[in-house]
Amino acid sequence: MNVLLVLPILIPLVTAVAALLAWRWRRVQRWMSVLGATALLFVALRLLTSVWRDGIQAVQMGSWPAPFGITVVADLFSAIMVALAGVMGFAVAIYSLSSMDAERESFGYYPLLHILLMGVCGAFLTGDMFNLYVWFEVMLMASFVLLVLGGERAQMEGAIKYVTLNLMSSALFLAAVGILYGMAGTLNMADLAEKLKNVHHPGLVTTLSMLFLIAFGIKAAVFPLFFWLPASYHTPPVAVSAIFAGLLTKVGVYALIRVFTLLFVHDVGYTHRLILVVAGLTMITGVLGAVAQNEFRRILSFHIVSQIGYMIMGLGLFTPLALAGSIFYIIHHIIVKTNLFLVSGVVHRLCGTYELKKLGGLYQVYPGLAILFMIPALSLAGLPPLSGFWAKLTLVQAGLEIQQYEIVAVALAVGMLTLFSMIKIWTEAFWKPSTLNPQPSDNRRRVLNLLFPIVLLALLTVAIGLVAQPFFALAERAADQLINPEAYIRAVLAGTS
Amino acid sequence: METILAVVIGALYATGIYMMLRRSLVKLIIGLGLLSNGANLLIFTVGRLTRARAPFIPEGAETLTPPYADPLPQALILTAIVISFGVLGFAVVLFHRAYQTVGTDDLDEMKATDT
Repeated sequence: MNVLLVLPILIPLVTAVAALLAWRWRRVQRWMSVLGATALLFVALRLLTSVWRDGIQAVQMGSWPAPFGITVVADLFSAIMVALAGVMGFAVAIYSLSSMDAERESFGYYPLLHILLMGVCGAFLTGDMFNLYVWFEVMLMASFVLLVLGGERAQMEGAIKYVTLNLMSSALFLAAVGILYGMAGTLNMADLAEKLKNVHHPGLVTTLSMLFLIAFGIKAAVFPLFFWLPASYHTPPVAVSAIFAGLLTKVGVYALIRVFTLLFVHDVGYTHRLILVVAGLTMITGVLGAVAQNEFRRILSFHIVSQIGYMIMGLGLFTPLALAGSIFYIIHHIIVKTNLFLVSGVVHRLCGTYELKKLGGLYQVYPGLAILFMIPALSLAGLPPLSGFWAKLTLVQAGLEIQQYEIVAVALAVGMLTLFSMIKIWTEAFWKPSTLNPQPSDNRRRVLNLLFPIVLLALLTVAIGLVAQPFFALAERAADQLINPEAYIRAVLAGTS
Repeated sequence: METILAVVIGALYATGIYMMLRRSLVKLIIGLGLLSNGANLLIFTVGRLTRARAPFIPEGAETLTPPYADPLPQALILTAIVISFGVLGFAVVLFHRAYQTVGTDDLDEMKATDT
């Protein structure tokens, strides 16, 4: 049995359990959290290189052959997502050391963070629809508690919307899984891909695919199902916001891409066309929502919505190049978005507020921080030579290739508006003269803990921008595996005998 | 039997969604509970209903002889019930805490974090 495939799930589990056992000792929990996150990062990168070298890998839990056993499978797309989860877990674990208050730490922040990572990795690695549902729930449960940990009023109000809409989406997902089983008699994704080809009523399959689109659409926060996101993401402490922004909606995007490349590809003209329209509307509403905001984290929250549109756009275009663009975009976006939230946390630490009106003058006092903000901000807007430029370029190129000029126009216009938002934050928080005196911050080691992950992620952004070719090759091969799922199906079903 | 269950499922979904659209926190949670139960029953029904045939392989035989009741939907439901129990338990506590913190159970009053 290939243990490497299961380790990204086991390591966070062991870390969480160990941290729970050390409930009373916060210092021990902190060390364990960093240790666990480092181990996860290491294993995730090993998994990525191993999948890159040896192709798709699958493991059957309990040694039952494929359609009956519990399948854990990693193709390149899964492996990339797990690696990103590893990077984000590592960055946020370090950042939490200095940013999390003692009260939240002593009420189980670290165990919850690792259970969240376990749920995310599980969702990326499973090869079974029902297990996907279970991993979603694991992840959601941890995110619910992380969101309300601390019990401030804003957190409560945000959490009610977040919990309700996510439970709604889970109920729809569960119903869809049930109908899928009734129709095909299996829930193994590779097996389903084979069986759905022979279902008698293609119309029924399309209807079912719409149920999945809505269920995953709520999780991914696409138009018009995104309202829970800007209502809740700015309420918890910034480390929690950052890991949510980086990973949670992307699990929804991952599920959408997985399902609509592997299972529901019989009526691409209808389903993927609809996804493309949704993508365009998501981009526009998200970015316009951001324009109206004047609070650091709320602007960033709306930009998550708008960026989700780009990731879905590649799926809607449904060509190898477009899917590669989507995957490249996800890589770029997770790194950049988490980083922006982390920067907003440092700004809050220095000035005590997220309101742009009250902020100002940060460039004068902390030019280094201003540059650290500028790198992910310009990358988000898609300026060369940063990572966002190549991601957008690929998607635009893919759109032009098959004459989808409307969506290309939307993507470019939204890019401009994103730049506008980022410049707004820049002028308000960093550039304009300030009445406010940022206090010289507390001791050096704490600040170092905050800045280390930010610098790391900023360097990654620059690296992806300057040396885009290897990352693009990775995305291209992952997209190739998605668009030709035969290898995936063979790896799951044949590896059993 | 399928018809009756289909009507019941429809009624559960309808009442669940109606309750969720009300303004009270308590009704919201009742709605969520009804909705998840509707989903469970849906799995049960679309997994084919069979009368009085347990999925046991008879003595001496190698495989099941149809017709037999499919055990998998029931296993799925069992898992889903456990999950929804946990999640709803959490939601009840959350909504209680929210009621204590905000001081009202009217969802229209909880707009501070909206935009």
